[in-house]
Amino acid sequence: MKLTLHIWRQANSTAPGRMVKYEVDDVSEHMSFLEMLDVLNEKLTLKGEDPIAFDSDCREGICGTCGFMVNGVAHGPLPKTTVCQLHMRHFKDGDVLYLEPWRTRAFPVIKDLAVDRSALDRIVAAGGFVSIDTGAAPDANAIPVPKERAEISMDAAACIGCGACAAMCPNGSASLFTGAKITHLGVLPQGQPERNERALRMVAQATEEGLSYCSNHGECEAVCPKGITLEVIARMNRHYIKAEWVDRGQPAE
Amino acid sequence: MELDAKIPSGPIEDRWDNHKFNLKLVNPANKRKYNIIVVGTGLAGGSAAASLAELGYNVKSFCYQDSPRRAHSIAAQGGINAAKNYKNDGDSVYRLFYDTVKGGDFRSRESNVYRLAQVSVNIIDQCVAQGVPFAREYGGLLDNRSFGGAQVSRTFYARGQTGQQLLLGAYQALQRQVSAGQVKMYPRHEMLDLVVIDGRARGITVRDLFTGEVASHAADAVVLATGGYGNAYYLSTNARGCNATAVWRAYKKGALFANPCYTQIHPTCIPVSGEYQSKLTLMSESLRNDGRIWVPAKIGDKRRPAQIPEAERDYYLERKYPAFGNLVPRDVASRNAKSVCDEGRGVGPSGLGVYLDFAEAMQRLGHHVIAERYGNLFEMYERITGEDPYSVPMRIYPATHYTMGGLWVDYNLMSTIPGLYVAGEANFSDHGANRLGASALMQGLADGYFVLPYTIGDFLASHRPDQLGVDHPAFKEAEQGVNARTRQLLGIQGKRTIDSFHRELGKILWEHCGMSRTEQGLKDALGMIPELREEFWKDVRVPGENEEFNQNLERAGRVADFFELGELICRDALERSESCGGHFREEYQTPEGEALRNDDEYSYVAAWQYQGDSAPPALVKEHLDFEYVHPSQRSYK
Ligand SMILES: Cc1cc2nc3c(=O)[nH]c(=O)nc-3n(C[C@H](O)[C@H](O)[C@H](O)COP(=O)(O)OP(=O)(O)OC[C@H]3O[C@@H](n4cnc5c(N)ncnc54)[C@H](O)[C@@H]3O)c2cc1C
Ligand code: FES
Repeated sequence: MKLTLHIWRQANSTAPGRMVKYEVDDVSEHMSFLEMLDVLNEKLTLKGEDPIAFDSDCREGICGTCGFMVNGVAHGPLPKTTVCQLHMRHFKDGDVLYLEPWRTRAFPVIKDLAVDRSALDRIVAAGGFVSIDTGAAPDANAIPVPKERAEISMDAAACIGCGACAAMCPNGSASLFTGAKITHLGVLPQGQPERNERALRMVAQATEEGLSYCSNHGECEAVCPKGITLEVIARMNRHYIKAEWVDRGQPAE
Repeated sequence: MELDAKIPSGPIEDRWDNHKFNLKLVNPANKRKYNIIVVGTGLAGGSAAASLAELGYNVKSFCYQDSPRRAHSIAAQGGINAAKNYKNDGDSVYRLFYDTVKGGDFRSRESNVYRLAQVSVNIIDQCVAQGVPFAREYGGLLDNRSFGGAQVSRTFYARGQTGQQLLLGAYQALQRQVSAGQVKMYPRHEMLDLVVIDGRARGITVRDLFTGEVASHAADAVVLATGGYGNAYYLSTNARGCNATAVWRAYKKGALFANPCYTQIHPTCIPVSGEYQSKLTLMSESLRNDGRIWVPAKIGDKRRPAQIPEAERDYYLERKYPAFGNLVPRDVASRNAKSVCDEGRGVGPSGLGVYLDFAEAMQRLGHHVIAERYGNLFEMYERITGEDPYSVPMRIYPATHYTMGGLWVDYNLMSTIPGLYVAGEANFSDHGANRLGASALMQGLADGYFVLPYTIGDFLASHRPDQLGVDHPAFKEAEQGVNARTRQLLGIQGKRTIDSFHRELGKILWEHCGMSRTEQGLKDALGMIPELREEFWKDVRVPGENEEFNQNLERAGRVADFFELGELICRDALERSESCGGHFREEYQTPEGEALRNDDEYSYVAAWQYQGDSAPPALVKEHLDFEYVHPSQRSYK
């Protein structure tokens, strides 16, 4: 099939960017979206043009490295699918596609479709962990965890940190990301001692990064490649409010 | 050169404890005076950096991804082994040790493997305490499964995302140390050289992938935990960025490279669909528990699978290995898939595929049971191929997956360069000629959480901290070398793309040094690779400049190193005139077509020493002794 691509080209974080049009033919339905771009890049290279920069690594939907907007939707049209797992059979001959980088204040563009998401690492550094040194752990079965708690935790822990939630949010909020980490640790017994501190610090760090608050649009849930639900934001808010108002200055029970 | 593996003496169960007791300690107040560089943030590097920082050392941590959480360990699906014996099914440290030595086809070091099995239990404790959400039973205790043909259930898992969850545990521990100021993190930085001063590793030279700036970092010890080199084959289950550059630079600075030819080809991956293919996707090994593998009995039978009657199908694994059937080990399953395809009985558009059929299991167990067991894998398969495995058999084919070879290390995980440690898939240490399923994650975390924090201390205790600066001429020299090579790559401006060279190299390795190897084939490859490498350095086109975010320049440097490593892989395979584990030489097989080891002549680790670009490397042997598990021929009939 033949496609027309309009791709955001920006030489570096300070240069102005613009959309550039590319015609690609010979697209096989079995290619992944990124393979289609690889082929385009090989052609650009041989023509002496600058290939398009985009991030990717695992190419199987788990590392969270890839991601850009396809026709205004983070990771493209297929639900619960990262753009590296999106295959060309979901498009048809003659389609016109607009590719743009994640757009949010907290993720400056590095080049073309690649952005800087280090804000997400700083949010985790602010408190997204259990403070346990290597070697200090009790036997793994010493503290049973009810299966359903473990499942809620795992549902949230499935977050790949791609940043699609923040990119898609009209407010530029990464609450789905922050809420997922707070939920992952907050529902487990191991996460209890630091539950309050964690919620307060991670939320404060997100704000400092220029990521805004959630006002329940739900766009994040719709594009999350791992199907993480708004429930994690509700849990984050609960932990936060409890920490801020109920347990103020007290350790979590 | 003589290799001293520093294996402690005494009964194997006591060796690690005695050794730990004999290791020198660094005074707690002095730890902050030491700087340690850890390259890599996968399970091995992430856990090492966090644990060393907790002890009070100053750590600098590097990775090429934009975040340490994205290291390739994230992609591991199946699980992690540990000798907890929670299932009361007869597992023990000794059994895990035994299985690993045997699974490695008697080409690993007993003492290392025993220690690995010992600390495996601590790993699970540590990860649970960090909040890793392992699968649980209704009573709230941890669930286990049997994996990769093991006869006990010792594999812990977190759905199909075990690697992700373990890595997030290590990453969180790392971020905690980042916020405490004990770790300084350098994401999007690629190590391009190792700096050795007076015979000791003293730092690294890196390129900032964002700006292109080349700079150096000095330290009292350097850890490489940079993963495996499976991407030398171009197509593999590894992430796109996985590379051998860090270990290759260390090799060229004097670290010996051990057993490069031991590569693991995983039998169940989605077949290649076209020339544009950029990576191969693994389908979990667990599928072989219920799926039946077959090809048409007749050569060139192009009918659709449903049209081929039972009598005209060849369930070749069940036929040849009645005892193990579809559950034979990875290497046996892979080799058999190749040979039926070579006969012309392969399926799918390329003829390089075999069926993995669930029809019988669905009849026996019902659609819902299959959906419950494998639902997410079936979905992934359908997403990639567009075919529904509930109604059409899956097509699978082997792909390069894991590399058992790596930099040679002693019992302390130190390479032949003092002060240079190597952990995880990047070293050669524990898996011999073949790795068992769910054991790589275990090894990475064992190295990082429970071995390096002790053994590095021993080294540092006898080397005073001297706050060496990067103004030492050795750093400038390394930087100049890196810059010169970059200029050379950018200056060629030839007519071929980087990927076209990498694909061609991959094909040579896959065909001549893949699932089965012959003397002639390896000799041919050793002729073709240098020719292609020469062409690469004359005709590759690397677009862009150094002083910018230039993904092509990154790739070009990695491919250049794969060329050199690829040659060493073939050289090692040629030298090893026997078959063992993942290394199958067609000349050395039993009358039934099984791998035939030659313990009298080849019971050694082949460690290669760089002798300059114009001379072939020297082979140094570390003899392997088996005091506990006596070498026997594997049989799966
Ligand atoms: C698809 C798949 C599934 C798997 N499933 C399982 C499983 O179920 N169980 C199991 O036990 N094993 C499994 N394995 C194997 C296992 O995942 C790996 O062997 C293991 O995770 C390797 O960990 P590591 O820490 O050594 O390296 P990696 O996780 O590969 O990390 C390497 C690190 O080094 C960095 N790096 C590399 N080069 C440089 C450089 N030049 N400069 C700076 N940084 C650099 C990278 O950025 C990264 O941080 C699987 C492997 C694959 C591919
Ligand atoms: S490249 Fe890893 S999730 Fe897409």
